[in-house]
Amino acid sequence: MNFLKILKNGLFSENPTFRLVLGMCPTLAVSVAVVNGIGMGLAATAVLVGSNLLVSLLRNVIPSEVRIPCFIVIIASFVTIVDKLMAAYTPGLHSVLGIFIPLIVVNCIILARAEAFASKQNAWRSLADGVGMGLGFALALSGLSAIREILGTGTLLVAKDFGFEGFKLFPKENAALIMILPPGAFITLGLMLGFFNWLSRRKEANQ
Amino acid sequence: MIDVLVIIFGAILVNNFVLVRFLGICPFLGVSRQVETSIGMGMAVTFVMGLASGITYGIQKLLSYYQVEVLQTLTYILVIAVLVQFVEMVIRKTSPGLYQALGIYLPLITTNCAVLGVTLINFNSNYNFLISILHGIGAALGFTLVLIAFAGIRERLAAAPIPKSLQGFPIALLTAGLLSIAFLGFSGLNLKGFFEYFANFNLVNYQSYLSSLF
Repeated sequence: MNFLKILKNGLFSENPTFRLVLGMCPTLAVSVAVVNGIGMGLAATAVLVGSNLLVSLLRNVIPSEVRIPCFIVIIASFVTIVDKLMAAYTPGLHSVLGIFIPLIVVNCIILARAEAFASKQNAWRSLADGVGMGLGFALALSGLSAIREILGTGTLLVAKDFGFEGFKLFPKENAALIMILPPGAFITLGLMLGFFNWLSRRKEANQ
Repeated sequence: MIDVLVIIFGAILVNNFVLVRFLGICPFLGVSRQVETSIGMGMAVTFVMGLASGITYGIQKLLSYYQVEVLQTLTYILVIAVLVQFVEMVIRKTSPGLYQALGIYLPLITTNCAVLGVTLINFNSNYNFLISILHGIGAALGFTLVLIAFAGIRERLAAAPIPKSLQGFPIALLTAGLLSIAFLGFSGLNLKGFFEYFANFNLVNYQSYLSSLF
């Protein structure tokens, strides 16, 4: 597999959210606005790329009996770096995402990729896998949060911290508040997963 | 006293960890196929969350003393991982049946974000030692409550005619959405007023109030 193929694998055919169904907590929690989704996705990508690279480089050094604690220490270090960087440079986004930034440590996607991919493959491929999986996660998050933001508030891409007013699509009075409340997250993601299942089933039936 | 009750019942109902705060979704979707296993999982999580809340309180004091708060995430997750390993060994020795039922899900508590989440919320809310533990237990009880209710629904869903594309995770998420709508009702609960009413309850006043009505 070459670099692009691994990248495409993470983005589409093995998308962490819609195909592997991993990392549900941050997906459901932060997807109230597109800017939050992109921020969370990029933060997770940064951690994933760093941890995949380091795990892959150290894969012959780490004894297999204690590999999970070692992976967790590596992941936690990168999460701390990302957490402090975001607190310094994007304080608004940092406070909105709240405890979900330190909670990237326990995001199943990252540990699963370290265990299933990076600990068995070379550094170059692990890097590709980290970028692909991370961007796949970011893409899924922005798709989910775009639907919720549009239906829930009638706006798209509101990012006051970055000086961006966003697009007003329809008046707020016509928006369905439930979409940005917790139930909206469960229902939207459930319907999206069902839609992607339907798509792949139809594709199989055509072949 | 009233504040403590408000924190505990708030964690169970108003700020339910699974349905409102979105913490612990993985075990919520993964271990909720049978009511029996979800009770065991709930017990294990309650024990781990109560213990983790207490221990991380002490760890945080140490970190502040040596001024290395930057290591917070790293030490918390390591402490939780060790704790889960310990609980796993205890359950394996004392209750092989429960160990069999929980199987691979026990190690998964390490990556259950509810455990790390509750310790971080304790820290952010400046709870003291006792309230941290009680908040941890309350949050875990809320998790258990929702897990058991959800498992009950899923046992019936298994026999229901569901469209092929929605089987598995999609229908579980849609069900969780409906459960979450039900829990939204608790957000209007005035817990403080409720407990204050009972704390200040006076039978004589109540009787005179009743007699004034008729």
